[in-house]
Amino acid sequence: MVLVLQLALAVVLLTAWQFLSPALDMVFFISTPQAIAESFIGLARSGSLLFHAGITTLEAGLGFLLGGGAGMFAGVLLGRNKLLSDVLQPFLTAFYSLPKAALGPLFILWFGIGLNMKILLAATIVFFIVFLNTFRGVREVSPEQIAILRLMNAKERHLLTKVILPSAIVWVFAGLRLSVPYALIGAIVGEIIASNRGLGYLLSYSASRFDTAGTFAALGAIVILALILNKILDISERRLMPWRVSDAGREIVV
Amino acid sequence: MSAIIVFQDVGKAFANGVQAVSGINLAVEEGDFITVVGPSGCGKSTILNMTAGLFQPSAGQVLYRGQPVTGINSRTGYMTQVDHLLPWRTVAGNIAVPLEIAGRGKKEIAGEVERLLALVGLVGFGASYPTQLSGGMRKRAALARLLAYDPETLLMDEPFGALDAQMRLTLQIQLKKLCRSLGKTVFFVTHDIDEAVALGDKCVVFTSRPGTIQQVITSSLPSERDLMTLRFNPAYAEECAQLWRILAPALEAQNSPQEA
Ligand SMILES: Nc1ncnc2c1ncn2[C@@H]1O[C@H](COP(=O)(O)OP(=O)(O)O)[C@@H](O)[C@H]1O
Ligand SMILES: [Mg+2]
Repeated sequence: MVLVLQLALAVVLLTAWQFLSPALDMVFFISTPQAIAESFIGLARSGSLLFHAGITTLEAGLGFLLGGGAGMFAGVLLGRNKLLSDVLQPFLTAFYSLPKAALGPLFILWFGIGLNMKILLAATIVFFIVFLNTFRGVREVSPEQIAILRLMNAKERHLLTKVILPSAIVWVFAGLRLSVPYALIGAIVGEIIASNRGLGYLLSYSASRFDTAGTFAALGAIVILALILNKILDISERRLMPWRVSDAGREIVV
Repeated sequence: MSAIIVFQDVGKAFANGVQAVSGINLAVEEGDFITVVGPSGCGKSTILNMTAGLFQPSAGQVLYRGQPVTGINSRTGYMTQVDHLLPWRTVAGNIAVPLEIAGRGKKEIAGEVERLLALVGLVGFGASYPTQLSGGMRKRAALARLLAYDPETLLMDEPFGALDAQMRLTLQIQLKKLCRSLGKTVFFVTHDIDEAVALGDKCVVFTSRPGTIQQVITSSLPSERDLMTLRFNPAYAEECAQLWRILAPALEAQNSPQEA
């Protein structure tokens, strides 16, 4: 039922766009769905869409893994070490408040205009989101829970593997989910400021040639990429947290 | 019989200045089932925490088998109102936690878990997740996990507080039976006077904060008692009434509107 309504809404919106755009003389600015589809298919046929999407996926994906991994590690480390987190806290806050995309030009100086620069830009953004979530997750573990395990003679390594990591993983995934679009932002901003490859390049190249349809086609490709990344995350989330599925299957009772 | 836990002039003031308990002198004999009652906030949980070594007293000392408790006392096991089962583990997985920590083999753990499930009446529920169980079943699972590492003393902090009356009675019967057959020493905090009388060989009554021991009542009921029919026993009714009379002034003060 919902799906039918959603499809109906999509059809209405696309039809309105298709007819109102020329009627209001807006084709230059918002193109038409048909022209966009044609441009999209043209890009796909020539293989250039796949090429550019592949580059962006590589950058965003590696940045995501790198930043996510480092974020989790730092989150657990600081979450379990009060002194360290107290000492580092002001520095982290200062760095966190910086819009990471503003680091782009600096990263070009440091790492050149190749893939590395985009990967690291994406990783830097993802790092903070995942770090903060992991940190929060580690800190949220109930002290009673930890006390009960200590009475069972648990060492730090048992606490980590049996309680802290599994209970933080919900938070970690929330952070990872939040990071997907940011990983793409990192990669795409990097491509826009310095590149001749990737969807960000395709986007700015099409726009600079006043090719609105091509620009929209590139945006569409970015959306599809984000959806695919989210889906992958969904699947791994279900794999890693089977108990959540059992939660979802439970009926709400008061 | 020898004293397993001894409180010597124990006081606890927290860092924020709250004096939770003071001047506690108490000896718990091995194999005793001791209940603790008192107005809320009088430091009942505090004395259990000190017995477990989760923090130190600020005055006096707590001796466990003659040694001062200076750190985590892993000869004790804790059970609280919240069961603290790990939601990402099945019931069997939760019961296995202490066995895994002890470094036991997979086969051995599986066998031990089956035995414990049978012991607490959860056969067939090993593969369920805690969220799929009722409150009473979760308590049983927590009890099985507690028994898995076989602590000689059980510290129980209002463990059955959130259960309905029938479930509570069932679990009380089971706990009492298990502790007798396994020879456990039990330190059982409750705010329920009937429960304190029904379960305890001795009942320690606390004053309001700063908590001190007002009285230790030795039960006239036999250690082996039928909890099912206890409510028809005049001696039980008399002891409940006596405990009510002792606690009434403190409870009244707690309910009075002048309280700060
Ligand atoms: N960690 C703590 N820090 C500061 N005050 C505490 C702490 N734990 C308990 N208290 C205070 O000590 C008093 C006794 O607490 P508690 O032992 O939990 O009481 P009870 O279990 O009898 O209700 C309460 O007033 C409580 O607020
Ligand atoms: Mg308490």
